[in-house]
Amino acid sequence: MMTFTLWDILRNLLLAARWTVVLSLVSFIGGGLLGMALLYLRIGKARAGRMFVLGYVELFQGTPLLMQLFLAFFGLGLFGIDVPAWLAAGLALILWTAAFLVEIWRGCVESVARGQWEASASLGMGYVQQMRYVILPQAVRVAVPPTVGFSVQVVKGTALTSIIGFVELSKAGTVVTNATFEPFTVYGLVALIYFALCWPLSKSSQILERKLNVAHRNH
Amino acid sequence: MTYRFDYSWIAEYWPVVLKGLVTTVELTLIGTLFGVALGIACAWTRSLGPRWLRPPVVAYVELIRNTPFLIQLFFIFFGLPSLGVQMTEFQAAVLAMVINLGAYSGEIIRAGIEATPRGQFEAGASLAMTRFETFRHVVLIPALQRIWPALSSQIVIVMLGSAVVSQIAAEDITFAANFIQSRTFRAFESYFLTTGLYLLLALALRQALRGVGKMLFPRRAAR
Amino acid sequence: MSLIAITEVKKRFGDVEVLKGINLDVERGEVVAIIGKSGSGKSTLLRCVNGLEMIDDGSIMVAGAQLINDDLHLKALRLKVGMIFQQFNLFPHLSAGRNVMLSQMVVKKTPAGEAEAMARRMLERVGLGHKFDAYPDQLSGGQQQRVAIARALSMQPMALLCDEITSALDPELVNEVLAVVKELAADGMTLMMVTHEMRFAREVCDRVVFMHQGRVHEIGPPEEVFGNPRTPELRQFLGAQLVV
Ligand SMILES: Nc1ncnc2c1ncn2[C@@H]1O[C@H](COP(=O)(O)OP(=O)(O)OP(=O)(O)O)[C@@H](O)[C@H]1O
Ligand SMILES: [Mg+2]
Repeated sequence: MMTFTLWDILRNLLLAARWTVVLSLVSFIGGGLLGMALLYLRIGKARAGRMFVLGYVELFQGTPLLMQLFLAFFGLGLFGIDVPAWLAAGLALILWTAAFLVEIWRGCVESVARGQWEASASLGMGYVQQMRYVILPQAVRVAVPPTVGFSVQVVKGTALTSIIGFVELSKAGTVVTNATFEPFTVYGLVALIYFALCWPLSKSSQILERKLNVAHRNH
Repeated sequence: MTYRFDYSWIAEYWPVVLKGLVTTVELTLIGTLFGVALGIACAWTRSLGPRWLRPPVVAYVELIRNTPFLIQLFFIFFGLPSLGVQMTEFQAAVLAMVINLGAYSGEIIRAGIEATPRGQFEAGASLAMTRFETFRHVVLIPALQRIWPALSSQIVIVMLGSAVVSQIAAEDITFAANFIQSRTFRAFESYFLTTGLYLLLALALRQALRGVGKMLFPRRAAR
Repeated sequence: MSLIAITEVKKRFGDVEVLKGINLDVERGEVVAIIGKSGSGKSTLLRCVNGLEMIDDGSIMVAGAQLINDDLHLKALRLKVGMIFQQFNLFPHLSAGRNVMLSQMVVKKTPAGEAEAMARRMLERVGLGHKFDAYPDQLSGGQQQRVAIARALSMQPMALLCDEITSALDPELVNEVLAVVKELAADGMTLMMVTHEMRFAREVCDRVVFMHQGRVHEIGPPEEVFGNPRTPELRQFLGAQLVV
């Protein structure tokens, strides 16, 4: 039987963690783009668009991410293609991320004071101009901290893709555990690596939030 | 595309689904009760408790909030036995949920406590109540009321997150779905159905939490 | 011996000395008004007597209970002396009756039945017997302040501290609260009250304390303090109040 040093374990985990990072980036960027499109509908004038996004959010925030992964995996399979795990993982995570980001961002747009709408309207701006020049620039400032904060959820969310067979950090943890029979050490290390990825994001979100609050108080 | 949906297996397997549903509900109830209790303890420690207790609580909260629930679950179920702690799948699942919700709800409740007007503490003190008595009888309920919507959302998130306990073979809804698909090879249908179940459960849970809120907080929030 | 003995009390916030050696004795049954400019330290003094602030020097005794910074001594002190706040500070999640019952049950371990009977008596005393089940947000400011008085009375303190208890009230609600205080005074309750109601102070109080820059600047019976102010500071202060 082979023996593994701590370094062997760590090296294997770190190699797999690259895929956690890649998948997180893809999901976050993809989810962000889709989220923007949904936001456009959500705060738009068309009732049908708003209802659609409402239902979309309800669906993706009201069901487990794990189920969404299963459905993406087996649902894509219905089309007769042999679905690679990364595809199902990326798709499900993008859809899921978008559902949360659109709600976060909508809150930010709505947090822009009523007076701003009225003031810009009184200057003769139309809806699109109001959005473009007055509301969105203010909303974006407010949106940065919670968006960064949500990226932590995305990183953690990628752990579930191990269950449909995507080989990232969590999956590597299971594989290495099965080879070493040292679950305490291995899962401890896996947790620490996730922590090293997530904690800087959490902290910067907090710091950004504090800065924003201070800036607002000085107004 | 010629795929035909087949739900004929329901007749045979509905008891499995029902059992999974009961387990998920049990997990959520116990996890919420103890998780929120732990959260209250953490929130108290961080905002009012003894200073020396604060760093360990901060470390706990940060560690849990920055690692995936799945890994917490694996660490508890696979890792802890090597220290001599043996648990059933259900116990491990409950413990993981309590620890997870404890950290999140702790932060949420702390915000509620810290929004308490100073006058409430002073009124309690002037009536000869200790700091802890004031917290327990004066501060806590309005603090929970302030953050009840956020706390409710978090409880729903934890309920949905509990789907992964199937990975340590705790027999929840997802476990039932896995079981059925392995027997019937009707993967999409069984996950589709159970996803719907989760959706209903989330709606029901939100409704129930609203009801609990009405019961706990008969008056609207203070100015 | 005096009921409240304040001796050489000094209190600093950071570098600022807010109380610069206060001496004041209040006899049992005495009603003392404290007046003075904003920032002169009136609230700070009252809060020290209730143990809400700690003092840096000197001593405060209330009926044998000394102000010492530990739970046991603070509790003993606060059982002797209650406090009414400018902002009422009722507990929003409890009915008026429950507000009055709570501390009896928690602190004195009074059985619920007894606490309720006491609460009803005290609410009756402030003219709110019929509001036992009303919540604070269903009461006017004046009513809330009277509940706060009933709440403090239910602990059967030997003295009450009142810090501008009518300042947050609409003018038409001031009198209902002052009437309650007047009755307490007539019943022999010992009162220390910070107030801007000069006419009330003159009518009801046995002594008036004028505080200036953290010191007791003048003290005496109301006729003397209001009628014959000796220092220019007091004269200026009274002039600004547009009274007498
Ligand atoms: N917690 C505190 N920290 C720092 N400074 C304080 C604090 N509380 C009071 N002070 C300062 O102490 C001084 C006296 O305050 P105090 O509230 O006793 O005045 P006051 O006579 O009650 O005034 P007012 O009539 O405005 O109520 C003020 O300068 C105030 O700014
Ligand atoms: Mg004051």
